[in-house]
Amino acid sequence: MAIEDDVLVIGGGLAGTTAALAAAASAKDARVRLVTYKQSTLRHASGLIDILGYAPGDDANAPLVDPFDALEDLPEGHPYERVGSQAVRDALAFFDDIAGDAYAGGHTDANALVPTHGGTVKPTARYPVSTAEGLASDPRETLLVGFETLPDFDAPLAASHLEAAGAPFEARGVTLSFPGIVRDDAKVTRYAHLLDHDETVSTGSGETGARTALVTAVESYLEDEPRVGFPAVLGDEHADEVRNVLSDELGVDVFEIPMGPPSLPGMRLEERLYDALEDAGVRVTSGVPVVEYETADGDDDRGWRIDHVVVDRHGAEIPHRGDQYVLATGGLVGKGIESDREQVSEPIFNCHVPHAEDRYDWFVDDAFGEQPFAAFGLVPDRELRPLDPNGEPEFENLRAAGSVLGGYDYAAEKSGAGVSLATGYVAGTRAGEEATR
Amino acid sequence: MADDTEVLVLGGGSTGCGIARDLAMRGLEVTLLERGTLTDGTTGRMHGLLHSGGRYAVSDQASATECIEENEILRDVASHCVEETSGLFVQRPEDPDEYFQEKLEGCRDCGIPARVLSGREAREVEPYLADDVSRAIEVPDGAVDPFRLCVANALDAQNHGARIETHAEVIDLLREGDDIYGVTVRHESGPGKRTHDTPGTTEEITAEYVVNATGAWAGQIGAMADLDVAVRPSKGVMTIMNVRQVDTVINRCRPKGDADIIVPHETTAILGTTDEEVSDPDDYPEEQWEVDQMIDTLSELVPILEEARTIRSFWGVRPLYEPPGTGTTDPTDITRDFFLLDHAERDGVSGMTSIVGGKFTTYRAMAEEISNHVCAKLGVSASCATAEEPLPGSENIEALEAGMDQFGLRSPVARRSTQRLGSRAQEVLETNEANPVICQCEGVTRAEVCDAIEQSGSDLNAVRIRTRASMGNCQGGFCCQNMANELHPTYDEATVRAALDELFQERWKGERHALWGEQLSQAMLNYALHATTMNRDQDPADASTGFDYARFDGGA
Repeated sequence: MAIEDDVLVIGGGLAGTTAALAAAASAKDARVRLVTYKQSTLRHASGLIDILGYAPGDDANAPLVDPFDALEDLPEGHPYERVGSQAVRDALAFFDDIAGDAYAGGHTDANALVPTHGGTVKPTARYPVSTAEGLASDPRETLLVGFETLPDFDAPLAASHLEAAGAPFEARGVTLSFPGIVRDDAKVTRYAHLLDHDETVSTGSGETGARTALVTAVESYLEDEPRVGFPAVLGDEHADEVRNVLSDELGVDVFEIPMGPPSLPGMRLEERLYDALEDAGVRVTSGVPVVEYETADGDDDRGWRIDHVVVDRHGAEIPHRGDQYVLATGGLVGKGIESDREQVSEPIFNCHVPHAEDRYDWFVDDAFGEQPFAAFGLVPDRELRPLDPNGEPEFENLRAAGSVLGGYDYAAEKSGAGVSLATGYVAGTRAGEEATR
Repeated sequence: MADDTEVLVLGGGSTGCGIARDLAMRGLEVTLLERGTLTDGTTGRMHGLLHSGGRYAVSDQASATECIEENEILRDVASHCVEETSGLFVQRPEDPDEYFQEKLEGCRDCGIPARVLSGREAREVEPYLADDVSRAIEVPDGAVDPFRLCVANALDAQNHGARIETHAEVIDLLREGDDIYGVTVRHESGPGKRTHDTPGTTEEITAEYVVNATGAWAGQIGAMADLDVAVRPSKGVMTIMNVRQVDTVINRCRPKGDADIIVPHETTAILGTTDEEVSDPDDYPEEQWEVDQMIDTLSELVPILEEARTIRSFWGVRPLYEPPGTGTTDPTDITRDFFLLDHAERDGVSGMTSIVGGKFTTYRAMAEEISNHVCAKLGVSASCATAEEPLPGSENIEALEAGMDQFGLRSPVARRSTQRLGSRAQEVLETNEANPVICQCEGVTRAEVCDAIEQSGSDLNAVRIRTRASMGNCQGGFCCQNMANELHPTYDEATVRAALDELFQERWKGERHALWGEQLSQAMLNYALHATTMNRDQDPADASTGFDYARFDGGA
């Protein structure tokens, strides 16, 4: 006997969790389940919520001030064009509700420019509060602090890079040793843990808590800068508290620079989303792959329906049946889209993925050129149902969301989180409505 | 007027660096010029096989004999560059028995230790060999790091007073009447170590004697003095796997054919190769079918290759040469022997000898012979010591292995670092500074990266070949940035940015030929990290015009 739900969401990243939350919100008594396999790619992500930083095809190198201005002009088939700009706004409002006071940026339609760990700046629509004091359009002088055991972020270099990028403030960088880090290759979670729990550490002047030790280390380098930026290792579970303590004791505003994987801001966002799923009564089954599906003849002429999928739980094959399905398994990185030497495919439902026959047409020679592979993914209709090569829905009760969708290059546009939110929101809402109709 | 140098060696591959070291050790004043990074041409584009000679034991026994002699010498003087993997010539049912027998006898004729293994015994050595491999001949093939070996030669030449100039392109030969007396060189960023974004200069360097060791490019150098050096560049593809499916070198035991060798190399295995004549060593097609052929054909020997992850492919050009009039049509039939073209004897133009043909395993012997020739020309009587004197890094490996844990590194990292550095490990790794891992895939620490930067300036590809940083699974996606960070503050921000961009694009170049499956997923992740998380594709610092920060969200 199958496990029965109204809406079954496959995939536990930003798109999947948003879809599950939207389904639960749109149909109050619907049973919603989310199944995930591997760790979500949120831990690879900066934790910033980009909507659109650059208009596709625009080589002017100028970031968009207002992403909503550009939404109307996107090419047909772009996921934003599919759902419409109002849905993008609705999805963002939905996210703002979930994120609560953990994210900022909702006071304006304008993009923010957030310094990156490479020292450049990046346009984004919403940012974790931990990065809020560091915005590059804020003209206050800045001290950047790096740590000699964290080679990903070189603070003096990042400060010079910001200057080269024309940021409207003086930035200075220093490199310190992080109190309490004894191994040169400690993981970033170790840094966060030291601060979260204010562990006792040895310093030149005796034993003290890690937070105070860090304050002492930074203090002597601080000149008149009213704000200090650190790589994003300032706590995990108690990040706000850590930041506030550092801020109070240093007497300046403290912010974080988002980092590459594993990214604490990404993991904190993931935590928040899973808390929201629990609050919304969504059932979550994690660590299990969906390995196959069964169809049933449709009860009308709208095509095939998925009857149930089969989930592999430690070798046992367990059928899960939903009325409606949302596929949010990610793109090439998340393995929602796969490839071999001959072709590109979607592994669970074998939905149509347009791609050139010759794999040498999947890429261009400039690493940052317009890469065709970056846009690999499913082609959806306006309901976000994946379409087959003839433009017909693959299944009547399957929708897709996030980077499993194709037709856009989130890396170039800086639109990854926004597309996940907007399509997750629309797919989840429609699925909830259909399931309880 | 005195010459700037006694001998000018053109070409910073294994041959050129070997000659420079040999001559410098004999007390000559040497200047070496290389157009790109050391190993940039053919040397850095080989499969890393240290021949036992088995490969030539039927077709070319003189080469085979030379290979086994040099193989034994290099194990000794370059031990930190060599992994003694041993090798197998494996026979499939369709491969001729007669050839197998000829191969075995040929090895024995040439003094190459060889023994026959049954199919089952061969699979005990290499469990992934195909079930239908019927038998194999075991020979002392090895794996060699051509980068490390070449750099060690250059370093030692430098230790003996040589001047080594990389990113220095010869743009003209200086010739007066029938005498070549030097070159005009264009330094990409001024003489000395390379620094990105520094304007170049040109320089005339005069020498008593010039050695043209530019391999596949020897014809182009010759043409600068109207000399005809008819090298026949032949391209070959190599495909790198992300793990070592085999720990010994696997050769196919048949007369000849493309895609017949797998060489385990550090953390990877390298599949090779093809052999196809090209007209221009700098511009030839790199084709998909060549990569597919490697995988499809070698899967007949090691079936799991069919499903395995490749991380990149690259092509190299052999500097094949045969004396005029031989008229061989198939490049696979052209001898791998080397030729010393004394242009005084051959063309009546004095002052220069070109060296063409040859192969990596015998680079030292070639260097010795050319150095003898040059010494004879200059009336120098010093003798060659390169067969006895260990290269820097290989002086005292045993003592080092005993003390491997002393550098405060996790042991796998320490093991990798000390293997790469050999006896230089202590000098490089003993530091009071924090020494985090910069490249996770290859276990390369900051101390090693900084040591390489000291040797090579802001050229991150030169750092790469010295350390292997950015050569693992992620192909630099995670570590390019960290490598570049280490250039600062010695180099300024703009220099660091240019160096990073160059390395990132170079890593992408080879990865393009591996874009399916896991590696396509990795490529998308790398792209996303650099473009999304760091916004490096739209870096405002690279923009021609600034933008108005004040129009963006400045906070609530």
